Amino acid sequence: MTIASSQKAERGNISFVQSINEALRQEMERDPSVIVMGEDVSGAAGRKDQGFEDAWGGVFRLTKGLGPRFGPERVRDTPISEAGFIGAAVGAAATGLRPVVELMFVGFYGVCADQITNNAAKMHYMFGGKVKLPLTIITNTGIGAGAAAQHSETLYSIFTHFPGLKCVVPSDAYTAKGLMAAAIRDDDPVIIFLHKLLLGRTRAGLRQSEEYVVPEEPYIVPIGKANIAREGSDITLIGIGYTTVLCLQAAQELEKEGIDAEVVDLLSLSPMDEETVLSSVKKTRRVVITDEDYPRCSVASDLSALVAEEAFDYLDAPPKRVTPPHTPIPYSLALERLYPPTKEKILAAVKSVLE
Amino acid sequence: MKVLSKPVADKSKYMDLLRQMMLIRRFEEKASEMYMRGKIGGFLHLYIGEEAIATGVMSVLGPDDYVVSHYREHGHALARGMDPKVIMAELFGKATGSSGGKGGSMHLFDASRNFMGGYAIVGGQLPIAVGLALAAKYRREDRTVLCFFGDGAVNEGEFHESMNLASVWQLPVIFMLENNLYGMGSYVERTHAGGKDIYHVADAYKIPAAQVDGMDVLAVREATEEALKRVRTGSGPVFIEAMTYRFRGHSMADPVAYRESSELDQWRKEDPIEKFKVVALREEFVTDDELQGIEAGVQATVEAAIRFAEESPEPELDTLHDNVYA
Ligand SMILES: Cc1ncc(C[n+]2csc(CCOP(=O)(O)OP(=O)(O)O)c2C)c(N)n1
Ligand SMILES: [Mg+2]
Repeated sequence: MTIASSQKAERGNISFVQSINEALRQEMERDPSVIVMGEDVSGAAGRKDQGFEDAWGGVFRLTKGLGPRFGPERVRDTPISEAGFIGAAVGAAATGLRPVVELMFVGFYGVCADQITNNAAKMHYMFGGKVKLPLTIITNTGIGAGAAAQHSETLYSIFTHFPGLKCVVPSDAYTAKGLMAAAIRDDDPVIIFLHKLLLGRTRAGLRQSEEYVVPEEPYIVPIGKANIAREGSDITLIGIGYTTVLCLQAAQELEKEGIDAEVVDLLSLSPMDEETVLSSVKKTRRVVITDEDYPRCSVASDLSALVAEEAFDYLDAPPKRVTPPHTPIPYSLALERLYPPTKEKILAAVKSVLE
Repeated sequence: MKVLSKPVADKSKYMDLLRQMMLIRRFEEKASEMYMRGKIGGFLHLYIGEEAIATGVMSVLGPDDYVVSHYREHGHALARGMDPKVIMAELFGKATGSSGGKGGSMHLFDASRNFMGGYAIVGGQLPIAVGLALAAKYRREDRTVLCFFGDGAVNEGEFHESMNLASVWQLPVIFMLENNLYGMGSYVERTHAGGKDIYHVADAYKIPAAQVDGMDVLAVREATEEALKRVRTGSGPVFIEAMTYRFRGHSMADPVAYRESSELDQWRKEDPIEKFKVVALREEFVTDDELQGIEAGVQATVEAAIRFAEESPEPELDTLHDNVYA
């Protein structure tokens, strides 16, 4: 799948946040069974009667304007009760509603993990396929804002670990809108992970085509498909969400040195597009895997194992991972800066693989 | 303006309470300024308007008692006696901060003052409080645990589990609810089925409960004193609900579009510091000159904290890897 060059500039760029917002609005217009729940997703906890509406629109403004458009029954502010309202979303989904719930920061999963990993992930299987759970969880990830150890995590590997959950990670406004719509239409529980540093961005910034914009009409980016964000022949860089941006920046830099890097934007962690990953690696014979999640038992190590097991004979060098260290996330900017994958770390990894 | 409860019969105590509240206020005003100037990162949750609670509570808590809090904890930490310099340095992410820059505004900690931390997952500190109390009881220590939390936290399961455990095990916990009427933008009456007077929930767990005016430092002090007496008899936890109001947004990023400004104006009339000043002057526990002296002293303390934070070094880079395991 190549999506990079296919879009024409027919309207101004909309941001990642606006893309998510637009997908939500369009899916809600299309399908009355779509409802939205979360803390301050509208704002003021249902005080519309007192003149307060859309006071917040979600802390990241992902749901801005949906309250006035669809009313408090469909855009429901919740108490701070994640186990309760996410569990309620699972229950509602079992009847065919398509709830979209916001888990404000992924680190809050701890208080509602039971509903996600024991119920949402397993019900379809343990009830012999007799129930479907068309549920979407939106959550925010990532460092870069000084939010310290409990508000900066990535953690998608935890959910990828569970069979029955689907996990997607958009990397720009285009994939955000398409994956959001796909998640809502999907009959399984899907978690969509949104990186803080992507929220304000318009296009991926580094897509090859300057004309790359987000179409107004609804579309989906299929779950389970990776995207070749940049074609190349010398080395494969695998990006996930924000690290795709970093991979593209690194690829630009490498081009100046005559190194032609291919960038695979993974987009979907579960199910994972093994075919695209493997065929890219078999072509370039080298791979650098980037991931902002904790390094142990991670998507990066999963990818590394995949490549080692399935493409070993094609490799000119062992797979290399660029991840944070095995530590919690520090507050201090001086330390936080050291923590995640960066363009420089990716370039250094590429050098070591090419040596 | 409501009249404050009966005065404490000791001039220096009055001055201390006033100084403490004013320090918290000035410290946070300055912190918010530093945030706007990019010196402080992440989230900054201000306690402005709620100073009477931390101040009243800490004025009677013993040094061996434990304190646990959430992310809106600068006031709690200052009132507990943590060094303003060390707190400000932590907010600046400096090596000299209370956690060497690892934690920041939401995660202050000072073992030497039994200040057992600020936690940023809503409700997460409540079971910790139960555990501290469990340990104290196990060791036959005469210690009480004071746990701060907000009206929003009451809707988390951890709150209910902690209340139940503390009661079933008869643990020495004071559950100190700071009901500022909002959890982010959500008004308490629309999120809590029992309405805005939350202390009734304690009945279900057979925990004695009281509601106090959280804008009245003396009322908070008195309620805490009584709670301490009761808890120290070993008969289990006590619940206090202090009614208060945060004058600022939930955090620095909050546009505060969910409440009328007239509501804020109304509450500003209850400003715990201004109210207390009036009483202190009326009762002649403090003169105008002394007031000015306190103000100047507090300003100087805050300026010194800023200077210390500014001049302190960044953490050594390899400290990133320290403290992952003991
Ligand atoms: C489990 C969890 N859910 C949501 C949040 C986001 N959040 C942080 S503070 C807050 C409001 C808490 O309100 P309250 O308990 O009343 O305390 P206050 O901020 O008013 O002092 C919310 C929703 C969080 N940190 N943790
Ligand atoms: Mg509150």
